[in-house]
Amino acid sequence: MTTDLFRALPAVDPEATHRLHQRLVEAAHAAGLLDIAYRTLDTPVGTLLLAATPKGLVRVAYASQGHDLVLEGLARDVSPRILRAPARLDRVAREIEEYFAGRRRAFDVPLDLQLSHGFRRTVLAHLPEIAYGTTASYAAIARAAGHPRAVRAVGSACASNPLPVVVPCHRVVRSDGTIGQYVGGVPAKELLLTLERPA
Amino acid sequence: MGAPGRLPDVSSKPFEEIVAEHGPTVLRVCRAVLGPVDAEDAWSETFLAALNAYPRLRADSNVEAWLVTIAHRKALDHVRAAARRPIVTDAPPEPPAGAGHPDGWELGLWEALEALPLRQRQTVAYHYLAGMPYRQVARIVGGTEAAARRAAADGIATLRRTVLKGELR
Repeated sequence: MTTDLFRALPAVDPEATHRLHQRLVEAAHAAGLLDIAYRTLDTPVGTLLLAATPKGLVRVAYASQGHDLVLEGLARDVSPRILRAPARLDRVAREIEEYFAGRRRAFDVPLDLQLSHGFRRTVLAHLPEIAYGTTASYAAIARAAGHPRAVRAVGSACASNPLPVVVPCHRVVRSDGTIGQYVGGVPAKELLLTLERPA
Repeated sequence: MGAPGRLPDVSSKPFEEIVAEHGPTVLRVCRAVLGPVDAEDAWSETFLAALNAYPRLRADSNVEAWLVTIAHRKALDHVRAAARRPIVTDAPPEPPAGAGHPDGWELGLWEALEALPLRQRQTVAYHYLAGMPYRQVARIVGGTEAAARRAAADGIATLRRTVLKGELR
């Protein structure tokens, strides 16, 4: 009856939707309300989710971790004021692209480690000490973190690393030389270590 | 398990999803109430205000009704501002690029909506475009449920005359 009046109106106006979304991102940023900006980035290890607070990069996630789930976790644990805002992550995206192209050995972006606490955070702080192209054992990291017997805890710190690739937990391997586990799956870890291996 | 300072019964959906799910409907509502140009300002003001308040929104809230309520107030600000503006009869202001002709404009429907009294525009938009029951529409626009129903019916009757001219059933 009455719905025929509005039937011809498309439900979504994609152009206006896009324009208004951009305008919202800019206004939110200017008003200090953009607590988390995110984007995705296609890489040789799949599509990565990158998320940043005003303090710095707060989360990198593999597709296998479920990007929607990761964003929901950020909404719960940090803030639900989350918008897709690729421009805010331009620099880190560029650095990750350079890394995968073999032109970058270390990342130079501010990090926000608020998702990691206690010993796990201590472990993450030591990971950048493992140089590009080298590896260290879980036991060696446990020693460096001041708890030589906490080898398993180092493993779980790596498994819960909120910033894989950028904080190089992929360089931590087993003492017997085998590759060990990885938050992004063993094939991704192999790919990263192969990429970094000196020719 | 929420972080310190966040209540467990507040919404934990990323705001991006709220924009994606409800943005188009709120835009249609703003266009119906304000016309295509002011609508985009009202939409932007609505979602910025919503983003600000969102961390305190209860998880069981009707998000669309909440957004339409904010949009209603933002649109009223524009209606009042327009009433204070001097009326210029010649050369209407150019709409911003891209904003002037939303899809469906050529049908004459949006112009016909603009010609309706404000209350009819609001009730038609909230009930027919946002799909709200009249009880909720009345809560937003004020007055009784019956009055809201009547205003929408009058609005639809006028739209039917001006837009459809008997072409459609």
